[in-house]
Amino acid sequence: MNTKALAVISAVLALPITAEAGPDEDKLVINDELNMTSVTDAPAHTENLDTIYSGWHFRTDETQALQLDDFDNPAMIFVDQAADLFATVDGAAGESCASCHEDVESFQGLHASMPKVDAESGKLVVMEDLINKCRTDRMEAEAWKWSGADMQGMVALIGLQSRGMPMNIAIDGDAAPYWEQGKEMYYTRYGQLELSCANCHEDNWGNMIRADHLSQGMINGFPTYRLKQAKLISRHNRFRGCIRDTRAETFAEGSDEFRALELYVASRGNGLSVETPAVRQ
Amino acid sequence: MKLRQLTLVCVMTGGAALAAETDPRDVKYDDYGGIEASLTGIAGDAANGAIIVGDKSKGNCVACHEVTALAEIPFHGEVGPMLDGAGDRWSEVELRGLVANAKLTFDGTVMPAFYKDEGYIRPGDAYTGKAPIAPLTPILTAQEIEDVVAFLATLKEE
Repeated sequence: MNTKALAVISAVLALPITAEAGPDEDKLVINDELNMTSVTDAPAHTENLDTIYSGWHFRTDETQALQLDDFDNPAMIFVDQAADLFATVDGAAGESCASCHEDVESFQGLHASMPKVDAESGKLVVMEDLINKCRTDRMEAEAWKWSGADMQGMVALIGLQSRGMPMNIAIDGDAAPYWEQGKEMYYTRYGQLELSCANCHEDNWGNMIRADHLSQGMINGFPTYRLKQAKLISRHNRFRGCIRDTRAETFAEGSDEFRALELYVASRGNGLSVETPAVRQ
Repeated sequence: MKLRQLTLVCVMTGGAALAAETDPRDVKYDDYGGIEASLTGIAGDAANGAIIVGDKSKGNCVACHEVTALAEIPFHGEVGPMLDGAGDRWSEVELRGLVANAKLTFDGTVMPAFYKDEGYIRPGDAYTGKAPIAPLTPILTAQEIEDVVAFLATLKEE
């Protein structure tokens, strides 16, 4: 609290060198017709925030503009490729996604509720798990790599069917122990720099850290197209990068730790619109 | 200039310099988190300290703090308080403690400890994301701490 107050004071004094702190007040409307909820009241379980903001509000006007129209959105190339893959037979069973699911639109709403606990196994699963389970069990095809273009394109394509719907991740019942695990990770100060997710994204959102404008770390836009990497970035890849940057031994993409963290972080954004594929810096 | 040369000599004759250095685990903090004694016995080089404060691969202090004296370096952060006037607000003893391990001055501060080599959760091999392959070393050396302290001490309000 004290740090925040000090930071605010320094931000006010710092105008000649640093950019203005805080999220902007632009309105996120996609294709001139889809009104997105990019700012809303924090859910009760997001204890230390009053208002939650999409990461879109922390980016430059140029970056923001790329997400406003699907013809400008560089992620859509990968989504189109995934739409082709959806109908492409792969694996020994001679099936494609479309063999069972017909239209990808049938997935509307799924992304908004993920991750969730699989009723059969009792395990927490994320979208990549569902896709690979279909590929290996039903299609008898090879599993895709977690952060590969085909996998993240497919996650984004399925997520796109929920675009504009509010994130609504269940945190109670079977999900509760995973949520607690993710929450504990969120507040753990990892690495030689001893930084937790909360240090930057809860205590210092809106502030500049070197050239980077700290957001609240919401993941409703993931997979997101990152201009700096020129491809769709998975949630676990971003988690890995953040923890690496604390000079820590990070966790692996597809690890149970990151599944739990994904559940917790996604739930902090309950109420924000699903934005994938978003565009970030 | 003379100090600078001395520093270089110490770096080049590492063994001799190390002998006088206080190990991170032997540093004596006072009740308020300050460190009375120099970590090396060699006066800090403020000019080199300024480089460390601004250098991304060294202290990278400007990632979080704005410093008008280093205004030529782009993108100063605003996570921590502005450093202008730090030399008026803090004594050398306090500055040394703040740079070495600010958590002993401000409990729970977000600021990393720059002279510490244990007590971490999942420390890695620098920024590789991998497990360490050698014993951890502090983020800055003892002399680099002294250099940064010397630089901060020059930051006076006009």
